[in-house]
Amino acid sequence: MAKIPNKHGRFGQFGGMYVPEILMPAIHELEQAYRAAKQSRPFQQELRDCLKHFVGRPTSLFFAERLTKTLGGAKIYLKREDLCHTGAHKINNTVGQALLTRRMKKKRVIAETGAGQHGVAVATVAAMFGLEAEIYMGTEDMERQALNVFRMRLLGSKVTGVHAGSRTLKDAISEAMRDWTTNISTTHYLLGSVLGAHPYPMMIRDFQSVIGRETRKQILALEGRLPHCLVACVGGGSNSIGLFYPFVKDTQVKMVGVEAGGYGIKSGKHAARFAGGKPGVLHGTMTYLLQNEDGQVNPTHSVSAGLDYPAVGPEHSYYHDTGRIRYTSATDAEALTAFDLLAKEEGIIPALESAHAVAEVVKLAPTMKKSQILIMNLSGRGDKDVQQLAKMRGIPL
Amino acid sequence: MSNRIQATFAQLHSRGEKALIPYIMAGDPTLAMTESLVLALEQGGADLIELGVPFSDPIADGPVIQQAAERALHSGTTLKNILATVSNLRKKTSIPLILMTYYNSLMAMGIKDFCANAVDAGVDGLIVPDLPPEESDLLYRTTQAAGGPVSIFLLAPTSTAERRRAVIQRSHGFIYYVSLTGITGAKLTDLSRVRQSVQQLQRASRTPVAVGFGIASADQAREVGQFADGVIIGSALVRYISEHHSAPTFLFDIQGMAQQWKSALVPVAAQPSTIHSQKA
Repeated sequence: MAKIPNKHGRFGQFGGMYVPEILMPAIHELEQAYRAAKQSRPFQQELRDCLKHFVGRPTSLFFAERLTKTLGGAKIYLKREDLCHTGAHKINNTVGQALLTRRMKKKRVIAETGAGQHGVAVATVAAMFGLEAEIYMGTEDMERQALNVFRMRLLGSKVTGVHAGSRTLKDAISEAMRDWTTNISTTHYLLGSVLGAHPYPMMIRDFQSVIGRETRKQILALEGRLPHCLVACVGGGSNSIGLFYPFVKDTQVKMVGVEAGGYGIKSGKHAARFAGGKPGVLHGTMTYLLQNEDGQVNPTHSVSAGLDYPAVGPEHSYYHDTGRIRYTSATDAEALTAFDLLAKEEGIIPALESAHAVAEVVKLAPTMKKSQILIMNLSGRGDKDVQQLAKMRGIPL
Repeated sequence: MSNRIQATFAQLHSRGEKALIPYIMAGDPTLAMTESLVLALEQGGADLIELGVPFSDPIADGPVIQQAAERALHSGTTLKNILATVSNLRKKTSIPLILMTYYNSLMAMGIKDFCANAVDAGVDGLIVPDLPPEESDLLYRTTQAAGGPVSIFLLAPTSTAERRRAVIQRSHGFIYYVSLTGITGAKLTDLSRVRQSVQQLQRASRTPVAVGFGIASADQAREVGQFADGVIIGSALVRYISEHHSAPTFLFDIQGMAQQWKSALVPVAAQPSTIHSQKA
């Protein structure tokens, strides 16, 4: 298999560097710094230390015994990214990029956040590394995730509301890119998912691949064989690519990415790029994009802010077109049912994002043999969603 | 390749004038108004006109142009009907028209179809702010095969020597020098650095260099016009349009503004002494 991305940041036809000229030197600087860091033993050692002592890795691979019995099919394991410091996989990437920021001698980081998980992970590493941080967040998301907004501020970060457009993740990314354009010499844009211009999709995949590398080792130790199937939710696609990538060459391992089905694909109110999108360019990369016939980006809907984004990481578009990964979606309703199921069967409250993956497990596991192994990435914990859920269910807290 | 943009710059050069290049958002507030605005700006002395194609997620633009894009989308503006507007305008004017559009709008139409349609409509130039030279092969080849529109690339204070060479090689209309590291509508402060960079470009290339971003007044235009071949005025004009388009004397006032700007770009001896009358 050819190495992807190629040196131009292309995953087949997808990816690339579609950014204003002003940003190009910073993009190149970042690529060079990252490639050098990748080869640097001290950098890699420092990264491993941070992941072990600060993030709490390795996270466990947990056999979900009751869920397995209830669903009556495949043996289900959960990769417990919810146990990472700050409660989600996002910190794997922010630790890596914070180390890189320091290497580039920049003192300020900016970031976007949807659900607030990435924002919290950025605020956390910014505090730990002594960096100034400003986090852009759509005002609609700030309302949905008020707790995370407070958390970021507690950690010393500035949270700036974005009122433009749909006031969600995509507008926060646009605003962060504008900030970067303006403050390019002092600031690193600490992007949170496998999106944006090259080298971000490659670099963030590499930082998140620790998930899949650990999983591979753990399942071989526990079961002595590779899993039959991997399942993960796909917003931008960083937790899923992190789990999937180290298994890509194991062609016997099936992979399923779960997008946000919102109110259902037919309703048009969803964030399932592979169900309703076509290739386009947004935020620096060519990828599947939800858009109208004139190329205007469509508004998206998901109960989960972290999946509510009209484009998907370009590497996913590549695996979609090559058929290596199957993509499906779970509706809001399915995700909410799965959320309750995991809480009650396993004593784990999942993030609403991860609940979309649980919903697919609910569909898939019963169709599989008891001898088969299914691993799901439990990308984050659901504490941040508890308030929103209570509100949806009309329960005053 | 000879085109209206090159011809215009050549004429201006022979008269010792600098190009006034206003930017307006097509369809803000309506495409009918865009047509009138183009004609009024031309009457006032604009030499080339940039028409913004509204996009839902304009990452290179500040709030003024973002909001203009939102209004234009709200009024039903599409790339297709902007091209129809250009076709209409071509019956009335031969002023060089340049589309400034994000790449996704072109992809949605199809690069080949877009180029053919743009040539048919009479679009002269194309600026794609999210398409750096390294991603421009397909569009560049297709415009060459279709005989237009010509590519105009941006250069920024951050651009390296290598990037300057790539842009010089691919720019056939003019080079768009971004005066500051920021988004459209930001404040321009350090003109001496801009002057240095522009003069460096002019030594390296025969392609005219126009400066944009942050030029908001006739005085600033005059200063930039001392060294640049053209001056682009965007956000300041777009803001004026959004605030005054329902005034009864609006088009006349726009013409007057263009006149004021243009007079800052003409050698003092050649200043026009009378005001052009407004076309109905």
